[in-house]
Amino acid sequence: MKVTTTYHRAGIYGLAGAALLASVSTAAAQEGSPTLDAVRERGELACGVIGSSFGFSLPDSQGVMQGMDADSCRAVAAAVLGDANAVRWVPLVPSQRLTALQTGEVDLLFAQLTWTMSRETDSGVQMTSVNYFDGTGFLVPTALGVSSAMELDGANVCSIQGPGEVTARDFFSSNGMEFTPVLFAEGQELRAAFLAGRCDVYMIDQSALISFRASLGENSANYVVLPEIISNEPLSGAVRKGDPVWYDIARYAHIAMVNAEALGITSENVDSFDASASPAIRRFLGLDGTLGQASGLQPNWAHDIIAQVGNYGEMWERSFGQSGADRGANRLARDGGQQYPYPMR
Amino acid sequence: MTRFLAPTIATPRPAPQDPRQWHDRLREDLFYSPGATLATLGMLALLAFAGWHLLNWALLDAVFTGTAELSPSDACRTPGVTGACWAVIGDKLRLILFGVYPYAEQWRPAVACVLMIVLYVLSVQRRLWRPSLALIWVVFLGAVIVLMRGGVFGLSSVTDDQWGGLPVTLILSTLGLGMAFPVAILLALARQQRKLPMLQAASVGLIEFARGVPLLVVLFMASVMMPLFLPADWQISKLLRVLIAFTLFGAAYLAEVIRGGLQAIPAGQYEAAAALSLNYAQTMRDVILPQALRMVIPGIVNIFIGFFKATSIVVVVGIFDLMTAAKRAVSDPLWQNAGIEVYLFAALIYFVFCFSLSRYSARLERDLARGATN
Repeated sequence: MKVTTTYHRAGIYGLAGAALLASVSTAAAQEGSPTLDAVRERGELACGVIGSSFGFSLPDSQGVMQGMDADSCRAVAAAVLGDANAVRWVPLVPSQRLTALQTGEVDLLFAQLTWTMSRETDSGVQMTSVNYFDGTGFLVPTALGVSSAMELDGANVCSIQGPGEVTARDFFSSNGMEFTPVLFAEGQELRAAFLAGRCDVYMIDQSALISFRASLGENSANYVVLPEIISNEPLSGAVRKGDPVWYDIARYAHIAMVNAEALGITSENVDSFDASASPAIRRFLGLDGTLGQASGLQPNWAHDIIAQVGNYGEMWERSFGQSGADRGANRLARDGGQQYPYPMR
Repeated sequence: MTRFLAPTIATPRPAPQDPRQWHDRLREDLFYSPGATLATLGMLALLAFAGWHLLNWALLDAVFTGTAELSPSDACRTPGVTGACWAVIGDKLRLILFGVYPYAEQWRPAVACVLMIVLYVLSVQRRLWRPSLALIWVVFLGAVIVLMRGGVFGLSSVTDDQWGGLPVTLILSTLGLGMAFPVAILLALARQQRKLPMLQAASVGLIEFARGVPLLVVLFMASVMMPLFLPADWQISKLLRVLIAFTLFGAAYLAEVIRGGLQAIPAGQYEAAAALSLNYAQTMRDVILPQALRMVIPGIVNIFIGFFKATSIVVVVGIFDLMTAAKRAVSDPLWQNAGIEVYLFAALIYFVFCFSLSRYSARLERDLARGATN
């Protein structure tokens, strides 16, 4: 008896939910998305990136933008336009990022923007999805003989000017320790100073640590990373508020890449799944069902992303993998990381 | 009165010459006392020491290419390598020179650079100094823009956020100052005249505003604030906004230099022009400005050089000029240890342009001075 009621109730809720969803999606389809229309008319996606940071967005020797942020832009371009290369890169310094998005200079932002509450509530932008979980930690020379950040009392700490200063001050004062900040405007000088021994500790983002280690070559064994991570920096894509369809597209472009990795679909083997019997894979690749079509996407949008850009793991390997770094928090959830394949059904 | 004057004209005589042999001169100038000998030898030793180290670093121990087993960047990072890593220039040359311009199309910025250098060479020929030079500028700069932008004559379209490297530096300085120059003349004339006080006040206001705030602030205003004030469908590209900021800034500084020239023109020139019944425009165009501008050439060149180097400040607003491109080249972990080499290379490019300009200015002053005495 009890069971039946529950089923019954679930059925009603489910029906109501489905009706609601249907009405919302019809409304969305009717409304359309001004951003999507503008992008299609222009034939290219204007994507705001930093353009100077290894692993996220940095032109290689041929001037081609490489990195996680660059590939995240490409994924959206592939989903929307069917061409991952239809991206216009707009390099932005951090202070311009939000303005460029608010004023419509860019359609989408993948510019190492930390997902914070005030940015979403005060700035008229909406975070789509975290493409890289970053965090600040400490790097010390092995010769210093330190194994925990709690032993750093009185240390000279090299860091970049800006928000990192506050993070350092919070950490040291809340643990009752003294420290001397040694501040630099940019990484190049900072790295040189640290290598020359001008400070004991290099306060560094996990992502920057990977490239720094790679730059050291064989000398990287002389430095050790302390286990403490003292700030959370979920780096996210962002869109303007007020265009829910565009928001969905940007978010699910990322989720599709994570799902593809979970399903074992890569840019190499994606075409071999055309004959797949798995309902999940058939839905994902647009062979069955209507995923994404309510947002105005072609049925094969996810296929285009994976074929042209690759899945999340491939993107990560391309950006950071060659230095033999650990994926850490950016592993799939099933491997102990935080990249979760939200169901696509 | 006459007794203070020589009764005859002195006969010309050749300039005095040093009768000493070179070894006498050496001894008397450098080794004239034990202390001087010691100082000279000490300096020589220091020079030899520094020179030897520099030579070792820059040439003898330097890494120019990779080897069969090692990639160029690994060759640079091999333990024991102490010299410069010039291999980075080979790998990153096109990124430094042309930024993120599409690789296959990079002949276009290359030709654009050559066009602009030809334009400079033409502009310094004094026999071409006539009104048609303005036309040459319009044609050349038009060709540069068409070449860079594309979209016509079968060239693929390349929007200006993809421009980078040397052409951006040259375009910002050349186009910025090229547009600033006529504006500066108008500003200087408006500030100089007394008949229209409102116009004069506007000119003073604009000049003093531009001189009163740092270029950095103007650039930030242009790139961060200006888009917020404009209507949403007005999309002015970042490069254009920065170019406008540069033009206004350059115009204000140039206007003050030109005004200095205007003030140095004796009142007799104005009066003579009035006596010939020339109107204001004729007076300025044919009598006053040619003399005033000639007088302030060193000041103008000084501003040109200053602006050429100041273009590197656009790195703060994310424009991809030569300096930014150099920075990007060493953000690559493979080359992060080669910062000095890349910066030296960029410095060399800046130096070649600025040094040529300053040598040219010196020659021009000599020529004009000779012209004035003849």
